[in-house]
Amino acid sequence: MTGLRSAALVGNPNAGKSALFNALTGARQKIANYPGVTVERKAGRLVLPTGEAIELTDLPGSYGLKATSPDEEVTRKVILGEFPGEPAPHVLVVVLDASNLEQHLVFAQEIIALGRPVVVALNMVDLAERDGLVLDPAALQEALGVPVIATVAVRRRGLAELAAAIATAEARPPEHHRPHVDQTERRLTAHAITAAAIISETARHRLHSKLDRVLLHPWLGPLILFALLFVVFQAVFSGAAPLVDGLNNAIGALGDWVKTVLPPSLARDLLTDGIIAGVGSVITFLPQIIILFFFILVLEATGYMARAAFLMDRMMAAVGLSGRSFIPLLSSFACAIPGIMATRSIADPKDRLTTILIAPLMTCSARLPVYAVLIAAFIPPKSLAGGIGLQGLVLFILYLSGIVSAMVIALVLRRTVTKGAASGFIMELPKYQLPTLKDIALGLWQRALIFLRRAGTIIFMVTVVLWLLLNFPRAAPGEDQVDASIAGHIANGLAVVVKPIGFNRDMALALIPAMAAREVAVSSLATTYAVSAPDDAAVAVKLGDQLKANWSLPTALAFLAWFVFAPQCMSTIAVTRRETNGWKWPIFMLGYLFALAYIFAGLTYWTAVWLGLG
Amino acid sequence: MTLDLLPVGQRAHITAVDWAALVPDEAQRLQALGLDVGARVALAHCGVLGGRDPLAVTIGRMTVALRRAHARAMTVSELAG
Repeated sequence: MTGLRSAALVGNPNAGKSALFNALTGARQKIANYPGVTVERKAGRLVLPTGEAIELTDLPGSYGLKATSPDEEVTRKVILGEFPGEPAPHVLVVVLDASNLEQHLVFAQEIIALGRPVVVALNMVDLAERDGLVLDPAALQEALGVPVIATVAVRRRGLAELAAAIATAEARPPEHHRPHVDQTERRLTAHAITAAAIISETARHRLHSKLDRVLLHPWLGPLILFALLFVVFQAVFSGAAPLVDGLNNAIGALGDWVKTVLPPSLARDLLTDGIIAGVGSVITFLPQIIILFFFILVLEATGYMARAAFLMDRMMAAVGLSGRSFIPLLSSFACAIPGIMATRSIADPKDRLTTILIAPLMTCSARLPVYAVLIAAFIPPKSLAGGIGLQGLVLFILYLSGIVSAMVIALVLRRTVTKGAASGFIMELPKYQLPTLKDIALGLWQRALIFLRRAGTIIFMVTVVLWLLLNFPRAAPGEDQVDASIAGHIANGLAVVVKPIGFNRDMALALIPAMAAREVAVSSLATTYAVSAPDDAAVAVKLGDQLKANWSLPTALAFLAWFVFAPQCMSTIAVTRRETNGWKWPIFMLGYLFALAYIFAGLTYWTAVWLGLG
Repeated sequence: MTLDLLPVGQRAHITAVDWAALVPDEAQRLQALGLDVGARVALAHCGVLGGRDPLAVTIGRMTVALRRAHARAMTVSELAG
């Protein structure tokens, strides 16, 4: 390994560990996965007052060393040094929520009893004081026998003291004299220690119970949730528009500039028609992805996400899932990969598998480029009754189709392949909190980086390969370049299969690279039409207009329907394989999504033709 | 009386839990959250629509969501005030 000494943050969920982690390590973080599992491993560098730098990891929140979910299992193994390739951290930093001490002290006692160097961070003391609870860290230190530092991560209070305590933390002998302390005993001790550490406790004007009265109201609550989701999606689609246009123009200008400075050549065409047109068309969707993740991060940081899970539980129970599945599914609207990774908090294995299998049906942001281009080209910007735009309505229907099919498929799966006892729903509802700008900004930065890395690697490579396949062998004069190319020949073969559902050759051509990443469908179409255009003036015609000239309305609608179910990208398949430990489920997923995509694209096409829309 | 029948807002303490009626994993989770014999609880919210499921229970300074089926396994006795 790195040879650095290491420390790990441990504690119950909602102890404010992540905020403390961000405050201690700043932006110098590395997010990866623990080998073999998709539990995120967050590590960063912490410089101690001695000048020594140590590696600090943020372990998944856990209620005890006896694990009930995959992420708690990781925490247990890392703490005990049983995780392969992951040495046990030298110092354990137990993070406690000051206003929920009695609960959090149960796990803390279990950690302290291990006899390893431990430092306790009494976190969020400001929120406890807001609730009328004043604690005495010294009394707590006395009772626990390890250093206790009061911290407020978001205000950077107590951080230097905590770092100093980590530097000097020492091992104590494990509690051999009381080998069989059980959960009930620890709870009694926790109660006694808490009572002794309280300096004053006034009538609590608890803000969050007042908020809950409104937000968890039997009918007001769901109404607020749906209004909120509406605002989120509205912001994603209309709020991002000016930014998307700006990026589009910038990329167009870049392509034009390259054309003026470089002499005409095949290499220049690769740069402008292949790389800039292809990768550029994907990068323009960064604003939408950032806006969606912004809302997800804020909803999580404020504590509302758990309430959303509470409100959705009834509905999810109807299809055999629980409210816990709501958070992964909502994340899947941004991208199925973090969504599938978020299923690790679902304790029930069959529940979790079902959620993974339906996650790709949530319309991820990568499909948005495909929808956006086609809707703009084929759906007139008419206004319906009540000021609802027709384009927006179509987009809404596409999203809704994904959600409805996911629910139907969950119901079917729970009765067939993932059959089992209906899962329960047990979840702590954390306190409401104001999110800190820094934590949100850091989270967004990390997500944007992941997306751009994809654009720079997978999407870049696919675009270049496609351009090469499209341009070689060169067409004879008078012959169409796409028809002559290798890609054209492949697509002509594939076109036979997709012809019954109304797809033409260019679409068949776009479907192949779309397997790498769905948004590539757009860049592939852009590349294809740029290559087949007879001159530069034709290249300049916008992709939307190109599509309108080449596709019929039923064809476009069928293509939209295809992408509701579109077999998910390689990365999703890879993450599913890792998460389900084998090829069985990703192949099942691929198969059922392909079948549904084909059937529904066909149904859409035939219906549209029958209605005379062609 | 069982926890699911407790009127909203009424404080009570858990006198018995029928652990055998619960899935072992879920029993362990409930216990880890402090829902055990002797705990002081109150029913804070009932869920949405028809089944009035799930429930939100306050325990100490924490709120925990659980299903009605879990609450049915917990016998409570009301506390004054």
